[in-house]
Amino acid sequence: MNSNIIAMPVVIPMLVGIITIFFYKSLKWQKIVAGLGATINLIIAFVILQETYLNGMIVLPVGAFPAPFSIVLAADVFGAIMVVLAAIVAFVTLYYSFLTIDKGRESHFYYTLFALQIMGINGAFMTGDIFNLFVFFEILLLSSYALLVLGGEPYQLQEGFKYIILNMISGVVFLIAVAVLYSVVGTLNMADIAVKVAEAPEKGLLTAVGMTFLVVFGMKGALFPMYFWLPRSYFAPPAAIAALFGALLTKVGIYATIRVFTLIFNYDAGFTHYMILLLAGFTMFLGVLGALSQMDFKRILAYHIISQVGYMVMGLGIFTPWAMVGAIFYIIHHILVKSGLFLTAGVASEVLGTTDLRKLGGMAKTNPALAWIFLILGLSLAGVPPFSGFFSKLVLIQAGMEVERWGIVFVSLIVSFLTLFSMMKIWRFAFWGTTPEGVTPLRGKAYWKLLPPAAILMVLTIVIGLNAQFFLKYITVAADQLMNPQIYIKAVLSI
Amino acid sequence: MELLMSIVVGILFALGIYLLLSRNMMRVVLGSALITHGANLMLLTSGRLKRGAAPFIPTDGSIITSFTDPVPQALILTAIVISFGTSAFLIAMAYRAYQELGSVDLSDLRGVEDE
Repeated sequence: MNSNIIAMPVVIPMLVGIITIFFYKSLKWQKIVAGLGATINLIIAFVILQETYLNGMIVLPVGAFPAPFSIVLAADVFGAIMVVLAAIVAFVTLYYSFLTIDKGRESHFYYTLFALQIMGINGAFMTGDIFNLFVFFEILLLSSYALLVLGGEPYQLQEGFKYIILNMISGVVFLIAVAVLYSVVGTLNMADIAVKVAEAPEKGLLTAVGMTFLVVFGMKGALFPMYFWLPRSYFAPPAAIAALFGALLTKVGIYATIRVFTLIFNYDAGFTHYMILLLAGFTMFLGVLGALSQMDFKRILAYHIISQVGYMVMGLGIFTPWAMVGAIFYIIHHILVKSGLFLTAGVASEVLGTTDLRKLGGMAKTNPALAWIFLILGLSLAGVPPFSGFFSKLVLIQAGMEVERWGIVFVSLIVSFLTLFSMMKIWRFAFWGTTPEGVTPLRGKAYWKLLPPAAILMVLTIVIGLNAQFFLKYITVAADQLMNPQIYIKAVLSI
Repeated sequence: MELLMSIVVGILFALGIYLLLSRNMMRVVLGSALITHGANLMLLTSGRLKRGAAPFIPTDGSIITSFTDPVPQALILTAIVISFGTSAFLIAMAYRAYQELGSVDLSDLRGVEDE
């Protein structure tokens, strides 16, 4: 297969972004182009995944310069899985945007920004060059700034300002880390860096650089203690954007952490990965405590992003092949379920006009389909069998027990229990009880139209849960490649 | 020369962080710009500062050592463009926030009704 295909997840959203600018007067054409782009992107993502799974890594040296001197795009199974997930989430949130985003936002380049956001995310998953990773981060951040404040409501502007400043600072720290790394190893290609770092006699400075990367990616990925910005900024935008952010933005940070700490900084796992494990424990525990204190549908979900991020990083911190399987499985499960939950929160706010739990109620009776979707997604998030959440947590906890990391196993079980508790809280306040006075719940055609996006994701979590063996085949290959960085290095440098 | 540059970078960072910690929105914007400059200078210094020759490999097989690595300079160009874009967006947004919220004091940007 032509290796140019791995540039497509970047090129297609870019073209969609450019074309939709020209159709700024016709929303209909913008939607057609955006929908077409998302569909093609989804198909190509599956082709890439199948290709990397069957025939190994695909590497594309951009501009056909030999490997360490050019920017390379490299897709291993892990990267391909992430691109598939991004494509699925983009597809459903785009469909949900068609239904719910108001004219004001749509006519101010909503679909352009949406496409550029997807371009940045896909690029970050595909790139094999550390500076290119920085550039793609900035692309996805710049479009996320615009999406976050699009609409110009006071609360959005207030939270948008903080979000931008924080991400600007983390961008600067990223740049510093790249500068120091470059001055030590003299290359930017990640595979080449991995070779040079392994050969370096004096590793003190490199470990410091690695920790700086952890700070940067931890800030994007909402790790303890850099997660404080997340709940409020993800509360600000409309549900479609919140679902996209909640599912994908933090996961780009987690992806980068996993990539960098399996490929480059893997020589001193006793120190670096133990630090990551500690952060994972604090992240999941404090995140879930934050969720317990909230009384708002969307805010609770936003805090749960933090606690879930802890599980993914826990897999990296344990750092055995089975734990990496758990981490990847958890990322897959989390991206699908979390975007689904944000979309149900969006539907709930369309139905009753708010996401404040104290002003919701009775939806199990008035809107039973929505209630079922939420119930299944919520139970899956908490890790109740037979949904995807159960198997991903099972793998992680097994892996933790194998190497006798009892502390983190204990914390993760407690957190999982508390997650169930806070899902039950949403269920109890939003779906049980009586409909609040003075509001008529939205029903009929307008309501049924809103359900398919969340329903697709609900079906996916059931399918993954019931058919975990099939998905584990792919994930095991991905984890194998991560645990043996020689595969990545050889594939990239032999081009 | 590298030492001098390190001091300059340090000063830029100190000023930037001082401005970032203030409550005025505009100062925060300027502070972030200064910090970005500091990081760009640091990237420049990481390619070493030398003078003498252009970074080409001579055809006669001789080895030149008195040149600056050009890669960091290319990186800085990219970084400058990105930070320029972000700053422009941030300034426009700060102005809009000032119009909507009626204040440039960051402590007025705190909290929401239901917390």
